[in-house]
Amino acid sequence: MLTKRIIPCLDVRNGRVVKGVNFEGLRDVSDPVTLAKYYNDSGADELVFYDITASAEGRPLFSDALKAVAAEVFIPLTVGGSINGLEDFDRVLKCGADKVSVNSGAIRHPNLIADAAKRYGNQCVVLSMDVKRVNGQFHVFAMGGREDTGMDAIEWVKRAEQSGAGEVVVNSIDTDGVRRGFDLEMLKAVGEAVKLPIIASGGAGCREDFAKLFELPCVDAGLAASIFHSREVDVRELKQFLANLGIAMRTVER
Amino acid sequence: MICVVDYGVGNLYSLTCSLRHIGAQCVVSKEERDLREAERIILPGVGAFGDAADKLRLLKLDGLLKELAAMGKPLMGICLGMQLLFQKSYEYGEHAGLGLIPGVVRPLAPTLEAGAKVPHMGWNSLTFQQPKDGLLRGVREGDYVYYVHSYYATDCQQALVATSVYGSVTVAGAVRNGNVCGTQFHPEKSGEVGLTILSAFAKGDALC
Repeated sequence: MLTKRIIPCLDVRNGRVVKGVNFEGLRDVSDPVTLAKYYNDSGADELVFYDITASAEGRPLFSDALKAVAAEVFIPLTVGGSINGLEDFDRVLKCGADKVSVNSGAIRHPNLIADAAKRYGNQCVVLSMDVKRVNGQFHVFAMGGREDTGMDAIEWVKRAEQSGAGEVVVNSIDTDGVRRGFDLEMLKAVGEAVKLPIIASGGAGCREDFAKLFELPCVDAGLAASIFHSREVDVRELKQFLANLGIAMRTVER
Repeated sequence: MICVVDYGVGNLYSLTCSLRHIGAQCVVSKEERDLREAERIILPGVGAFGDAADKLRLLKLDGLLKELAAMGKPLMGICLGMQLLFQKSYEYGEHAGLGLIPGVVRPLAPTLEAGAKVPHMGWNSLTFQQPKDGLLRGVREGDYVYYVHSYYATDCQQALVATSVYGSVTVAGAVRNGNVCGTQFHPEKSGEVGLTILSAFAKGDALC
């Protein structure tokens, strides 16, 4: 049986993880390899590395970090951040990424999803969208959630599916950081519009939030960052908790 | 030495890293000499069946792979590489495969119930069909492996080593015909379980 997935997300700047995991046993809390191994050992189903390096000079540092992770951790790796063209896809795929997520880049370059899907396959192209309610409508925001594009999120995700996106990350700006649970209403609206696997992001505060999330059949995965890094929610314990509730989960032994 | 066949299909970085990680020596090559000299061959692949089959033919690797398989050299296909081992595929038309394992590759979508998602992507559990097959040495029934695919092998009952259930479809997860074997899932992306399977092949335990 296909499992639901739990995905920690790591922000990387100049090759170092920005917010390190709060875990005494780890010597270097901002080393991507150390953290990737830690999450792999905890049973994370996939890892997302988000490159928040501002300058082009920092880009090779990210590539080196990604290569080092891919050489030691053998679960699917998704890379996002600063993906604006096929050359960016090429760069991160060569370093061991399995999937590439596009956000503002796909808004700026309307052909990016279709071109990338044609060259690398649908399974490789992940649409990541930051969504916020504006006058009762779901709007897509760009530039890390700062700029309202005015685009309707449901239309946008449908178009992305037709263009060849293989998966979608729905990040609700409305629930992000609030820690009162995922945006189930928004996720349901997206789930009714497309057949793509849906990764929910934004709002997780405790393990019960994941249990509620997976009551939605259209949701395939839950993604979170700070609650995993702070160890308020431990990935291993979370997965065991969900498995005990009868949710299909891959659990790993210590 | 394992030769990972480099025919321009997909990304081999993770696969070669995982082989090195388990202590297996490998070379990535499309040269006839490397394939002949290797003790074992891995045929990887991501993308469309027709394109991949054409590339094998253009590089004259199809005949060579068939010849080496017939001589008893252990050959393992991964994902699209596994599908290429079968007789034919109905992915965008009809394309001939290497014909090393009896069976036909068909799309998942028409067989799945309405509303089911394609590709079959994520971690799925293994059900053993041939529990004693060397490829499964160290693997337990119910262990999870990582799949990403939209087509699957059918009419291959005799070859089934392990399967996974996706909706209403039983997916051929691992298959074997003598010295030729394959996995639909990605062992190089399936954590410890995947590394165990690659080790089994690399160390030759996979030969029945």
